[in-house]
Amino acid sequence: MSNLLQTVSTFALKVNGEVRTVEASPDMPLLWVLRDLMRLTGTKYGCGIGLCGACTIHLDGEAIRSCSTPISAAVGKEVTTIEGLSIDGTHPLQLAWDELNVSQCGYCQTGQIMTAASWMREKENPTPQAIDGYQSGNLCRCGTYTRIRAAIVRATEIEGR
Amino acid sequence: MFLFEQELPDTSERPTIVNMSRRDFLKRTALAAGSTFVLGAFIGCRSKTEFVPETKIPAQGTMADAAFQPNLLIGISDAGDVFIVCTRSEMGQGIRTGMPPVIADELEASWNRVHVVQADGDPKYGDQNTDGSRSVRKHFDEWRKAGATARAMFVTAAAQTWGVAESECVAENHVVKHMATGRELGYGELAATAATLEVPENPTLKSRDQWRYITKPMRGVDNRDIVTGTAVFGIDAQLPGMLYASVERCPVIGGKVKTYDTKSALAIPGVRQVIPIPAATLPPAFNALGGLAVVAENTWAAFKGREALEVEWHLGPNATHNSEVYRNEMEKSATSPGREIRTVGDVTRAMNEAAKTVEAVYHVPMLAHAPMEPPSALAWVKKDGTCEIWTPSQDPQAVRTTVAETLGVEVEKITVHVTLLGGGFGRKSKPDYVVEAVLISKAVGAPVKVTWTREDEIRFDYFHAPSVQYLQAGLDAQGKTTAWVHRTTFPSISSTFRTNVDHASSGELGLGFTTNPYNIPNMRLENGAAEAHVRIGWLRSVCNIQHGFTLNAFAGELAQAAGRDQKDYLLELIGPPRNLNSLFEGDKGAYGEDLSRHPYETGRLRHVVELAAEKAGWGKDRPKGHALGIAAHFSFVSYVAHVVHASVKDGKVRVHRVDCAVDCGTYVNPDRVKAQMEGSVVFGLTLALHGKITVSSGAVEQSNFHDYPLLRINETPEIHVHIVENQSPPGGVGEPGVPPVAPALTNAILRITGKPIRELPIRLSELS
Ligand code: FES
Ligand code: FES
Repeated sequence: MSNLLQTVSTFALKVNGEVRTVEASPDMPLLWVLRDLMRLTGTKYGCGIGLCGACTIHLDGEAIRSCSTPISAAVGKEVTTIEGLSIDGTHPLQLAWDELNVSQCGYCQTGQIMTAASWMREKENPTPQAIDGYQSGNLCRCGTYTRIRAAIVRATEIEGR
Repeated sequence: MFLFEQELPDTSERPTIVNMSRRDFLKRTALAAGSTFVLGAFIGCRSKTEFVPETKIPAQGTMADAAFQPNLLIGISDAGDVFIVCTRSEMGQGIRTGMPPVIADELEASWNRVHVVQADGDPKYGDQNTDGSRSVRKHFDEWRKAGATARAMFVTAAAQTWGVAESECVAENHVVKHMATGRELGYGELAATAATLEVPENPTLKSRDQWRYITKPMRGVDNRDIVTGTAVFGIDAQLPGMLYASVERCPVIGGKVKTYDTKSALAIPGVRQVIPIPAATLPPAFNALGGLAVVAENTWAAFKGREALEVEWHLGPNATHNSEVYRNEMEKSATSPGREIRTVGDVTRAMNEAAKTVEAVYHVPMLAHAPMEPPSALAWVKKDGTCEIWTPSQDPQAVRTTVAETLGVEVEKITVHVTLLGGGFGRKSKPDYVVEAVLISKAVGAPVKVTWTREDEIRFDYFHAPSVQYLQAGLDAQGKTTAWVHRTTFPSISSTFRTNVDHASSGELGLGFTTNPYNIPNMRLENGAAEAHVRIGWLRSVCNIQHGFTLNAFAGELAQAAGRDQKDYLLELIGPPRNLNSLFEGDKGAYGEDLSRHPYETGRLRHVVELAAEKAGWGKDRPKGHALGIAAHFSFVSYVAHVVHASVKDGKVRVHRVDCAVDCGTYVNPDRVKAQMEGSVVFGLTLALHGKITVSSGAVEQSNFHDYPLLRINETPEIHVHIVENQSPPGGVGEPGVPPVAPALTNAILRITGKPIRELPIRLSELS
């Protein structure tokens, strides 16, 4: 391990529109920066190696795995977590998820929503193939996949597409 | 918003509920009315259609100071807030939107005034162990009575206030009405008077047609918190000044630390201390496994510190354990005479006289739970000798007693707050991870949160037992099965709690093995010996996984041998509608249920087979390479059948659609019954297609989702759930959907390829 990584530095990050300053080693994944240093626990740990999507957040609007993205990579970028996806929890995906009772335990769902929110911004009409393709990086052990599909379609209706 | 039962430490301004007193947080909730607290109520509540959510009216008080508390489960304030205690753990099965509606229904409470309070672990609530698909099954009547008691007292209070006969008054949707005059008094107005009354022994329960919430789809009470990221799971629990820990454990069960060096670990920024945890003695029970805990200022530092530890282990006696060798030993055991469990008729003679015999050896591997939230616990051993815990536990009372024993203090000193569980599936019934947090907190004198990595979760699970089963059947000239031998072999869960266990318990055999419903005149059931070398535990539907698999997969093979339709043959095996109570001794039937309340009826099993087949379009022509497969299983006193539509192409299997028929008797929230069946299908397909844990030199070889994959959305079929309307007492829902999934799939593949699948997970080489 290089000495550089052992050194704690000060980072100013823009998270959900607010600049926040933390002390961390440059290799600390954003996941733990958000959860432990900023107390934003809506972003979840599931595997730590990019295989489950529970830790999905947006970096400049793009969905990334926060467990595999070091804090140093977020400098100068906009970080958005589930807590900042909408001001009052009324993003069409959040409404659709509630309406269709997608969640079982709910643990994977913030990651599922953050993944969907990112790719749906560009996709006009989510086809079943697109949904399965884009969401396939997000695991749900409770098996809510069929409802996730339905809720994404429902969200586009709510959005009035 | 998630309400804990007890006051929580009132300490800082951090935006999580563990840092606010309940009063504070209710105040904030009031400000945020509608955003975090929308629960919803029924409009046109007598219909089965989805209800229109109404904004929750924020609570003005708390459960603790509610004026009227007729029992432990209900508190009603002068303002008319209704607090309902959920005594069972929420792990995704939907109990927080199951138990409260039952109580609220009998109480005639308006749903938008109901606040769900999560109970701490305390024997005053009776059984809280949330496993065995038994929350509604065991407690439905008790919860109804709790609600009806309060309703009856409101009626009495109103009648006394007005000086009229109780029979002239009726409770409806949060008010009591005097029918003759139309006068009304709200529950809040009546709370103080009701509190002075004697609690009636036997209040009248509502009739089914009066149910307001029960049997109606209800919107999840935690939906909003979940989708906004404010829901608090165990891994999210926080306290000011808390430290974070990660534990390095011996890769082999029963091993212990030989030597260690902490220098590099302590050099990692943020790492504070390394605490040795004494090795657990065998049997493992609920003990912490022992090892070295790295205590740090954040989770990441704890993980990194752990990687930097230098440890050498005494591996202990299980270091010679290898799955390959073990598999052969179990196969030998399964194919030699075993312990006799049940014999009916004369099997030897019937086999000799059979026109055809079929035999098969089936393998189901060891499986890990892999809840998306790994085990975690926040514990705070305080200077005054008390201990407070926040943890995602299925069994908070077991946490309490185990921790009390560990610390050598009275259980009263231990407080266990139950957070939401990010999945449980049986893993979180075992409090070993909480014991770790408690020991570390005691050693460092601060609150400590232990977070298991995914690797820890998979390597140090209480695994679903690997199994080998031998089946043999004799068919007569018409292809009818006349003789049946079934020998099941797997290490018992009892081995986790006792030494020298080498056979299954009768409880385990009652999970699909001795409950075999097939109508065969000559039958012999045996259990082969197997010892455990890892921690064995219960996983969603437990031994029904392997027994449901073989009973149905072998039925598929026999149908093929007889040249018959799979569904017709399954129905013939099940036989005519009849009562199978004779399979049990005494009054207790399957799953410890009273036989008079839960008779074992093959008519119900037949019905789900027929319903699933009909809904799936059984018998219709399918394109080449496509077929339907069917399987049905009785477990947790419910009956489930699945029809799987699969195809095989280029050595790959694809599941297109699953039709699930479930008869769970009376249900509470049909939307959650459906969700549990959907989830069971995904869970069952995961174990059919992916799941396999192996051990080499005593250590588990898999570690994360790359080598222990779970089903993904792009592999998930359409799922159609068909619920049987049946007014029998409630059966289980969380587990019974799992067992028939894998065999319905292998039966479909059998029809496509003509080759039976006798080993899970399904291997591609068998599909060509
Ligand atoms: S925790 Fe980041 S992908 Fe699993
Ligand atoms: S809802 Fe439990 S893991 Fe997805």
